[in-house]
Amino acid sequence: MDLFEYQARDLFEAHGIPVLPAQVARTPEEARSAAKAIGGRVVIKAQVKTGGRGKAGGVKVAENSDEAFEKATAILGMDIKGHRVNAVMVAQAAPIDSEYYLAILLDRSQRSFLVMASVSGGMDIEEVAHKTPEKLAKVLVDPLKGIDQAQALAIATQANFPADIRDSVAKVLLDLWKCFVAEDATLVEINPLVKTNDGKIIALDGKVTFDDNAIFRHADHEALVDHDAADPLEALAKEKDLNYVKLDGEVGIIGNGAGLVMSTLDVVAYAGEKFGGVKPANFLDIGGGASAQVMADGLSIILGDKDVKSVFVNVFGGITSCDAVANGILQALEILGPKAAKPIVVRLDGNNVVEGRRILNEAAHPLIQQLDTMDGAASRAAELASSSSGVAK
Amino acid sequence: MAIFLNENSRVLVHGMTGSEGSKHTKRMLASGTKVVGGVTPGKGGQVVDFDGLAIPVFNSASEAVAATKADTSVIFVPAKFTKAAVIDAVDAEVGLIVVITEGVPVHDTTEFFAYSQKSGKSRLIGPNCPGLISPGKSNVGIIPADITGPGPIGLVSKSGTLTYQMMYELRDIGFSTAVGIGGDPVVGTTHIDCLRAFQDDPETKAIVMIGEIGGDAEERAAAFIKEYVTKPVVGYVAGFTAPEGKTMGHAGAIVSGSSGTAAAKRDALEAVGVRVGVTPSESAQLLRSILGK
Repeated sequence: MDLFEYQARDLFEAHGIPVLPAQVARTPEEARSAAKAIGGRVVIKAQVKTGGRGKAGGVKVAENSDEAFEKATAILGMDIKGHRVNAVMVAQAAPIDSEYYLAILLDRSQRSFLVMASVSGGMDIEEVAHKTPEKLAKVLVDPLKGIDQAQALAIATQANFPADIRDSVAKVLLDLWKCFVAEDATLVEINPLVKTNDGKIIALDGKVTFDDNAIFRHADHEALVDHDAADPLEALAKEKDLNYVKLDGEVGIIGNGAGLVMSTLDVVAYAGEKFGGVKPANFLDIGGGASAQVMADGLSIILGDKDVKSVFVNVFGGITSCDAVANGILQALEILGPKAAKPIVVRLDGNNVVEGRRILNEAAHPLIQQLDTMDGAASRAAELASSSSGVAK
Repeated sequence: MAIFLNENSRVLVHGMTGSEGSKHTKRMLASGTKVVGGVTPGKGGQVVDFDGLAIPVFNSASEAVAATKADTSVIFVPAKFTKAAVIDAVDAEVGLIVVITEGVPVHDTTEFFAYSQKSGKSRLIGPNCPGLISPGKSNVGIIPADITGPGPIGLVSKSGTLTYQMMYELRDIGFSTAVGIGGDPVVGTTHIDCLRAFQDDPETKAIVMIGEIGGDAEERAAAFIKEYVTKPVVGYVAGFTAPEGKTMGHAGAIVSGSSGTAAAKRDALEAVGVRVGVTPSESAQLLRSILGK
């Protein structure tokens, strides 16, 4: 889960990292009172989980609370790279002397944690890393030891932070590490970390990503989830504990196992090229169990997607046996009744496949078509989607 | 021969007294795996009966190893206890530790992986993986044992069901070992580790490598193949249609910016001479043509 800037700011503050006074506002009126409470010059910043908001006009300076109202009016509701601005952060303006960069992240390829620090902050750090790699210090952290005061200071020195602020930067890095560990983050980034004209070190903007697998030990993270952003079908799937991602095609997909479902999407898109470019409508992994209820929940979400013209159920019976899956599909259609009105192509393989196919053949359900291979079934599902949607062949 | 796991492997099941652990212990035993003990802290001294075969339960891996000479651990305990279970097995110097559990926090994995590296005695596979099978010899984890038998193909895959699918497609030829390395951002054994072991295994004549979006493991594997692997390798990559920024089921399967795309992985593999199929069946066909079957 990625946090909004204001959430990252609050998190940093809770972990002793210096930040500026700021408040989140969801209406221009709230922005006005936030500006009043903070006092003086403020910056109004669009809260979106994407980069480039400055260039898009999502960051504006306001001299007083009335101006804060105006600027917030302009920013709220903006669309920045497909993200609607539902909130702004009103923050005290700071006179900036220098901008730096500080981050700790999970380094997948090294299977470890990595600190990145640079005195060239503020801009796109990927560009710094690419064009002037010598300006970006990268230091791997021993996951068993973590970072201590001495190592934090050594990193600040290695990154060429000026001598007079090295101690303060090291302190921020140490607190950032504690935050990274305590919150089970996979990324904590301060960009920019600034030195103000009066010599203070402050985290001006931040990005934080939490590990969703660790939610069981962070009950407080649940409150940070952005429910506005979720697609309604995705939200429904989450309630049912289903692993569903909405895509923009016409063939609904149900399968078992993340890898097989990803592969099914590809095979359908590939087959769809022959049928006017129909595409998969979703990712849905029903996991190992594939009980009738799970199948019914999955089918009902997919059939609730108005863009879906056909459904492809692709199951490889590993531990699950195909007869259970076949019965699950039939029971699911019974549960759904007349709500299930789209053609369903089924491909079963693996454990007890003969019995599974026999059950579906004998049922002779008018909506179900069986095919023996994944490629053949994908092609049929794509064909059905294209003929019923009137997509040109 | 086979890699990592053979007919002499002596297996401990961590979490054997739980429902998943007990279900899969039964399956592993049925496929000929030598399960010699269970580990559940607090339940040491109990004995679990599997159709007449009594398997002792120990409080720790060290006790279990002392009593049974086990050299392999398979871990089915819930995510919140997984780190402790792995550390227990590493402390007992178990040579192969296979973590089936999904949903393990990546901080925990990073930590216990570093711990296993530091000990230098244990190979870690997983977490969030189906385990591995050397057909006809031993089966550790949840891969169905009856899909296929022994043969000349080595298989390494991030995904469980794609492993099964590929084994099924090539069931008439058979496998030396199939390893599911798991779909998490950090895993103990990588594609490269498996490629090296298959290259060095005289029984393996050809290798299938299945990858998916996220990270750069496949790209690094491609570089390794160029440098080290002389046996034929066929590839498959899942996730061409995955949009940026959405996790596709596996915690590690996410395209971020231009990195981690399926196209980049396919291109990297093809650049070193690995033939990559558009569908799993096509990859299976490519392998057949290489083996002349």
